[in-house]
Amino acid sequence: MTKKVFGKPKCLKENVFHYCAGCGHSIVHRLVAEVIDELDIRGITIGVPPAGCAVLAYNYFDIDMIEAQHGRGPAMATGIKRTLPDRVVFSYQGDGDLAAIGIAESFHAANRGENITVIFINNAVYGMTGGQMAPTTLLGQRTTTSPSGRDAVKEGYPIRISEILSSLPGTTFIERCTVNSPPNIIKAKKAIKKAFQYQIDGLGFSMIEVLSPCPTNWKMTPIAACKWIDEVMSKEFPLGIIKDIKSSDKGGKSHVG
Amino acid sequence: MNKVLMQGNKVIGEAAIRTGCRFYAGYPITPQNELPEYMAESMCQVKGGVFIQSESEIAAIHMVAGASAAGARAMTSSSSPGISLKQEGISSMAACELPGVIVNMMRGGPGLGNISPAQGDYFQATRGGGHGDYRTIVLAPASGQELADLTMDAFDLADEYRMPVMILADGMMGQMMEPVVFKEPKPRQYRERYVLKGAGAGKSRFIRGLILDPRAMEEHNWKLARKYEVIAQKETRHEAFNTEDAQLIVTAYGTAARIAKGAIKRLHDAGLKVGLFRPITLWPFPSRELQEISERTDNFLVFELSTGQMIEDVHLALCGRGYVNFYGRPGGVVPTPVELAHVIARQYSKKDRHHE
Repeated sequence: MTKKVFGKPKCLKENVFHYCAGCGHSIVHRLVAEVIDELDIRGITIGVPPAGCAVLAYNYFDIDMIEAQHGRGPAMATGIKRTLPDRVVFSYQGDGDLAAIGIAESFHAANRGENITVIFINNAVYGMTGGQMAPTTLLGQRTTTSPSGRDAVKEGYPIRISEILSSLPGTTFIERCTVNSPPNIIKAKKAIKKAFQYQIDGLGFSMIEVLSPCPTNWKMTPIAACKWIDEVMSKEFPLGIIKDIKSSDKGGKSHVG
Repeated sequence: MNKVLMQGNKVIGEAAIRTGCRFYAGYPITPQNELPEYMAESMCQVKGGVFIQSESEIAAIHMVAGASAAGARAMTSSSSPGISLKQEGISSMAACELPGVIVNMMRGGPGLGNISPAQGDYFQATRGGGHGDYRTIVLAPASGQELADLTMDAFDLADEYRMPVMILADGMMGQMMEPVVFKEPKPRQYRERYVLKGAGAGKSRFIRGLILDPRAMEEHNWKLARKYEVIAQKETRHEAFNTEDAQLIVTAYGTAARIAKGAIKRLHDAGLKVGLFRPITLWPFPSRELQEISERTDNFLVFELSTGQMIEDVHLALCGRGYVNFYGRPGGVVPTPVELAHVIARQYSKKDRHHE
């Protein structure tokens, strides 16, 4: 007798991902889809894809979705969730979308403690537009708009969004993960599932930041990109749970869900 | 319902609630603050009512878009500079065919301008405002009663044509108190299948404005254009006052039309035959109706609280048939009927001489 141990998540469509080789988006899409399947929430979930590489996410997720203008995902998700409080609502955003043009929407949705989940893809560049400097670009990192490397004097510093949002009482669960290795992918999936569960339990704003490889714009091979996350990127953006209101050593003491 | 005395901003709020608006998001800006304040209080008292003071005008309009997609009758309001910020979301709602009501209580501009009544946002309101090939229905109330009626109609039109509808008034309309009777709202006609509420056991749907294939985008543009054509044919509204035997027609909307009416009544007493053509829909502009009047009268005065914006639509409607003059007081200055009566009388007598 054979047992099926691996297959395509039910809430992913048949379409082939348009993402580049070695890109983290397709992995994260799959993880979100697996979580939706496992929580059995396909029918009540509404996703809000961003402007950016994931703008076509609705071609891949077999769930109801509505595209947001650049950076406005959390505002749109707020409108949906407040209108339909029993639905599971998530926005999916890149670093330019969330940490630059949409930082006000993100910050205030988090501060209001909107009961939504944000999947935050941090790849330290603007991917879709061709590798320009992002708010999360590392110091010294070369991009098409920081050709001699990001210089703190001229361009400021990489923004640690997860740490910033963790300081807001409205947030409940924030973890930074990556998808550069099988163990890290398993951890990321657990984190995403927990974030959705917190929303289902009505606890408030949850966010998973994923350090995501962008070999094309980093001008690296996919393997080198995964290595760069371990050796360089995760030094600036440390992995792990940054806030969990259910855990007393992760900011849970002062905020009861 | 009995007649009530209410301030204009609150009239809009009450009419919205009565017609089933259950989602409001907005950001404070003078001279419309009484409206969000009214919504904050009212939304707590109705089942499923949501009020959000957003972090920005931009956030407010995108919240409205989200609520609209999720099936709520949704509204936001602001005044000129705030409406500029909302344009991204209005364009997006037009693209995604999401209904919603946007109230603009215009103030002096450009820039921060001032907080006095003005009509400088006509171009922005009637030409689309944001980027791309789209239109919004624009309703221009001129009384407390019309604020009530047109607010209710705005929600119905937004649903019927699945698009954002703007109520374009000004600080004067928002601030003044007049007696109002709220009409019985119509039951909402909006198909369930347009609402995004999770796929359930069925097929999933998505709503998007990004259409990468130029041919598909063109097709979407023409689809929207056909809708706008239907609206242009069916939805024009105007008021004609003393136009039957008029020698001169004043064209004005909103607060300016009220001032014009006062001036025309004075001139009538002095024996001058002056009429008023008041567009109620600014888009679609009642061009055919104005053309019909031009068959009887060829002397027009356009009066606006701006340097001259609606006058372009008057010219487009008349196509050169008639003499069109302009009088404007921009910047938040509100002239008296006496002042305007002098202007009208001057043009009236000049035109008489021209005919001789």
